[in-house]
Parts: sequence; structure tokens; C-alpha cells
Amino acid sequence: MRAGMMNASLDAVLVVTLLAVALFSVLARQARAAVIGFIAFGLLLALAWVRLGAVDVALTEAAIGALTAPLLLGASAFAGTEKPASPPLRLALAALCALIAGTLAVIVLAAPEPAPSLAMQAVAPLGALDLGNAVTAVLLAYRALDTLLETVVVLLALIGIWSLAHDENWRDAPASPAAPSPPLDLLARVLPPVGLVVAMHLLWVGADAPGGKFQAATLIAAMGLLLMMAGLTPPPALGDARLRALVVAGPAVFLAIGLAGFLFPGSFLAYPDGWAKPLIIVIEMALTVSIALMLLLMLLGPGARKPSA
Amino acid sequence: MSVLIDLFTLMAVGSGLLFFLAGTIGLLRFPDALSRLHALTKADNLGLGLIVLGLMPQAGSALGALKLLVIWLLALFAGAVASQMIARLVQGGRGCGRG
Repeated sequence: MRAGMMNASLDAVLVVTLLAVALFSVLARQARAAVIGFIAFGLLLALAWVRLGAVDVALTEAAIGALTAPLLLGASAFAGTEKPASPPLRLALAALCALIAGTLAVIVLAAPEPAPSLAMQAVAPLGALDLGNAVTAVLLAYRALDTLLETVVVLLALIGIWSLAHDENWRDAPASPAAPSPPLDLLARVLPPVGLVVAMHLLWVGADAPGGKFQAATLIAAMGLLLMMAGLTPPPALGDARLRALVVAGPAVFLAIGLAGFLFPGSFLAYPDGWAKPLIIVIEMALTVSIALMLLLMLLGPGARKPSA
Repeated sequence: MSVLIDLFTLMAVGSGLLFFLAGTIGLLRFPDALSRLHALTKADNLGLGLIVLGLMPQAGSALGALKLLVIWLLALFAGAVASQMIARLVQGGRGCGRG
């Protein structure tokens, strides 16, 4: 009983802090302050996901948040010069957001207790996949098309960054602010082996426990960025054909296995009997490499190094 | 025995939280960047260390306790490097100001 009270008060504190940080972020006058508030919001949101038992989502939230934070911070440096939106537009936006939040609240609060659930029927056939983690099983079985499109979206984002961004809007590769920095050098020598082992663990354990390709890929990308920030590895040449091949390899492998499904079980993205687990492992591995590279290249931006003409 | 362990956890986590509180107050109140950095690293190093120390007996297994310890060591390492870099940036800025 006491533990229940403790948990309830912990949740209450979490919810109040989330709302406070969200308000701070929305009301902040400077874009930089708003972004910093948003980063804190992401961390708290990851904690909220843990409290809801969605550790997979929490890991993704924390990992993706860590990589989008520098992108947003970099963008906020340019956002200050723009004129703020006109008051009627801001009012309309606020009303729209309030309407969406209100509708969601009504739906959640009006749900019958216990909520209707198809979870048992959905999870029952997943035993055939030999995956202990239901989230991974759903992502790569029922929602394989979503997962495929998600990785293609990341690829499109990278192509968009490369094609649309003005060179002057992007800094060079994230160089060390006080280079050469012996402490950063030490960190970049010691941390990557640890980070890579944890990333492999996350990828492998993703079959049976929270983890998976996105979480592993962000860690690998972060380790690569650390090496480049410390100046131990030069940023890759963006025109390199091998690099581009690796970037598209993951979605290409996924798509190829999906198309092969037409031939054998008879439909797109269907896995042949008994082959589901090995095929899923191949897809996860290939996607990890590609997503890690895509995230790394997104952060480096097109200004990293001009392709040699 | 278990009451003693719980008491130890309460004491260690409580004092760790005190360090976090003091560090936060220092971050908000101290006048310059280096002093604020000093306050922040106290919270990170000692505060997190005491919380980890308090939670280790509650981890349930030796491996779990070891993981907690590794988390603290990694946070120590990253915190030390980050504060060194911020301090160097502050000093560099001062140098520019004088010159």
C-alpha cells in the first residue's frame, strides 16, 4: 500500500514537472531557451515512458532526443532573427493544440475500465517468430511496412538536408570548441569501445528485451561523432560511393526481403515459415548500420566537407 | 538485517539528494561560471555516487549492483570531461577579453 502511494506521488511529481517544463518551452521568449526546455522535456518524457512500462519507447525517446538536441540547438541560433507569428495566427495555433489535447483527454478518460484490448489475440501468433520482445515482434511482423517507411523517412531527411540546406547555414563538422582538448581526446579514446559494446548488446537483446536497432544506431552514431569532435577521425567524404552504398544498404535489404515475400509466402513483407527469426536479425543488423550512418551524416550536415568536383 | 539495509539506503540516497539540492542552489546562485561548474560537479560526483551507493544493496543481484556502479563511473568520466571543456572555454573567453 505504501509503495502504491509512493508510486502515485512519483507519477504526480513527474506529470506536474512535465507540464511545467512544457509550458516553459512554449512560453520561452528565446528560441535557445525553448530548445533547452524541450531537451529537458524529452528526458522527463523518457522517465514517464518507463513509469508506463514502455521501456522500448523510453530508450528511443532518450536516444533520439540526444541526437536531435544538437540539431535543434544549432537551428535555434538562426531562429532568433525571424519575426514572431502574428497574434491571430498564434491564437489559432493555441486553439488547435488545445482542441487536440482536449479530444485526446476526453477519449482517454471516457475509455471503459478495463480498456478493450486485442493484445492477447495479437500476441498469440507471435510465438512463431521466436522473439521474446513483443515490441520488436510487432514492429517487424504486423508493422513491418511502418518500420520500412520509417527508415526510408530518415533516408529522405538526410537527402533533404543534403539538397536543401544552404552551406552557410551549416557549420563544419562539429569540431571541438577548445581544440585541441586533452580531456575530450581521452574521452574519445576510452568511451567508444564501451559504447559499441552497449550498442551491440542493445541490438542483440532487442529480440527478447527492450532495445533494438534505433537505440543501437544512435549510440553508434554518437560514438562516431565523439571521435570526429575530438579530431581522432576525419569526417567522411560525402561523395564516397561506399558510404552512400552503406547508407542505403539497410532499407535496400529490408525492401529486398519484403519483395522476396511475394515469391515464397506470397505477399509483400511476409516471412517464409521458419525463416522469420534469421531474416529479422539480418534486417535489424543491416538497418542498424544504415541508421547509424544516416544519423551521423544528418548531424554533420552538408558543410562537413565539399565533395571533390 | 533487511531493516538495516533499508536504513542504509535511505541515509545514502537522502544525503545524495542533499548534494543535488546544494548543487542546484549553487548553480542558480553562484556568481561566475567556474564556481557554478564547481557546484554542479559536486552534485554529479558525490550526489550521484551516494545515490548509487544507497541503491546498490537494493539491486537484487551482484550484476545489477555492478551495472549501477558502472553507470556512476561513466557519469563521473563524462562529467569530468564536460566540465574541463566548459572551464577551458570560459578561460579562453577571458583571455580574449583581456587581449
